[in-house]
Amino acid sequence: MLPYLAKKLAQMLPVAFFVTVIVFSLTNLLPGDPTVTILGEQATPEQRAAVRIEYGLDQPAPLRYITWIGRVVQGDFGRSLRTREDVGAMLAARVPVTLQLGFLSILIAVVIGLPAGILAARFRGTAIDVVVSFTAMSSVAIPYFWMGVLLIMLFSLKLGWLPPSGHARFFDDPVLNMRLMAMPALTIGSAFAALVMRQTRASMLQVLSQDYVRTARAKGLSETTVLFRHALRNALIPVVTVIGLQIGALLGGAVVTETVFALPGLGRMLVDGIFQRDFPVIQGAILFIVVAVFVVNLLTDLLYRSFDPRVKV
Amino acid sequence: MAATLDLPAPRPQRAPRSPGAIFLRRILMSWQGLFGVVVLGIIVALGLLAPWISPYSPIEIDPENFSGPPSAAHWFGTDEIGRDVLSRVLHGATVSLQVVVFSIGIALVAGSILGLISGWLGGRWDALIMRIMDAFLAFPLLVLALSIVAVLGPDLINAMLAIAITKMPGFARLVRSEVLTLREVDYVSAAEAAGASPFHIITRHIWPNVSGNVIVYGSLSASQALITESALSFLGLGVQPPTPSWGYMVATGIQFYQSWWMSFFPGLAIFLTVLAFNFLGDAIRDAFDTRLGGSDG
Repeated sequence: MLPYLAKKLAQMLPVAFFVTVIVFSLTNLLPGDPTVTILGEQATPEQRAAVRIEYGLDQPAPLRYITWIGRVVQGDFGRSLRTREDVGAMLAARVPVTLQLGFLSILIAVVIGLPAGILAARFRGTAIDVVVSFTAMSSVAIPYFWMGVLLIMLFSLKLGWLPPSGHARFFDDPVLNMRLMAMPALTIGSAFAALVMRQTRASMLQVLSQDYVRTARAKGLSETTVLFRHALRNALIPVVTVIGLQIGALLGGAVVTETVFALPGLGRMLVDGIFQRDFPVIQGAILFIVVAVFVVNLLTDLLYRSFDPRVKV
Repeated sequence: MAATLDLPAPRPQRAPRSPGAIFLRRILMSWQGLFGVVVLGIIVALGLLAPWISPYSPIEIDPENFSGPPSAAHWFGTDEIGRDVLSRVLHGATVSLQVVVFSIGIALVAGSILGLISGWLGGRWDALIMRIMDAFLAFPLLVLALSIVAVLGPDLINAMLAIAITKMPGFARLVRSEVLTLREVDYVSAAEAAGASPFHIITRHIWPNVSGNVIVYGSLSASQALITESALSFLGLGVQPPTPSWGYMVATGIQFYQSWWMSFFPGLAIFLTVLAFNFLGDAIRDAFDTRLGGSDG
């Protein structure tokens, strides 16, 4: 496992280099004078020059890149241009919100998608299959923000069960926290449930057509045993992989969903950063997202290998 | 020069069908394809005819009717400053579809060229181009599009470019991997041995064999492009007001929950269009698949 991991990381190195170059270039090409963001419109040229030196903006771009990457590697993302807040501290405050949202979304996706996929595969070609597949097709076509709006209309306005938006920390008020998290998690979770369902259905169908399943049936085992003991175990591997590989899409969805429900998460931090032209914040948020995607993809890969002994390490 | 083969003439009693006609038949035979073609056809027609068929101007303000619910005069209601929601939804269709068509088109051309170069040249150029493409792929689609628009500034053209850049690496990777396989094929080696120029080989022998998969990939990407476009507009980073855009209309609607029609109808339009794109994409994939004799993945 270790040599494989080392090889994989070595492969990632050049990609990681280009990723940092892209992030750096994007944020350094941002239109507008950063000193205006920091000092406002009224500052004198002398003040601006001082700020330029303080932030290293007078240096050439390659040099700025090296300085920046050197700091980032040490965990120093700089400070927000607006609030002077440490970007690392901002990430520490906002990442848990997105993490909880992501965790709950995946939980919902699995709880809905897995049984639905098994049902659709077991009753392939019947009305159940058609209904489940059509529901899945529809739910991936619903944009996150519209799903959010529909949920708010139903649960907040019509039924009055849940507060429409806002955030409470889990450790301050767990009940309110869950009430506020329910709709955002359902927004992302319903789209992911469709994904999980489709993958479960496809891999169950594939597994169910294999010889050992026929043997199990021929032995006279009950259909439940065949489905859950024999088929599902093998069918689950690609399902786990799909969830892992879609983590980027989940974080993309979080950007929109957090905006709809006013959740102070990572996605919201990125959007706010963009609107305020606060480049250290944007850099920090994007880098964190990309690194998270990297790590989860790598873990998925390793998990896949440990699940399936046929894949040689 | 490509030699021509004398094939037996098609039997006269049956009207000869072009590959295009066969392909179209295959798409329309599946209900997904039919749904996709019909719904998209209706949306495109309504969008193109919007200037003539929409009951009001999309930016005309009715001062008597702020946030009016759906009625006989305004089927989809009016928005917070009294504009007709139906007219805006109709006009928004061309805006969104334009972004989809152009962004996928740009991504297809740029990505295919990069993929052809990468696969054909191999070696260092291949490694360089592919690592850069991998770097772009490491970003979540929306996050990358968002960042690009942030740099270029929010407007229609920039949204197109941003979506094109996010979709480009996918085309490049696809084309590259196909070129790598085709390079080893006998007829390509033969053409090379016969002294054909790389340009001739790529355009005559390689591209025709790659283009089918590229079209499939493009059609499957269309819905993603639309979702990204509407998400950008929703966040206020896409099409700028007063130009009607579905995503932006949902965003304004959110501030006026009591007027559910303001966000419901534009959202419904996005949903139906994405659904149609998805179905059509699947149908196009299947139509290509049967011709190649492939199995259901």
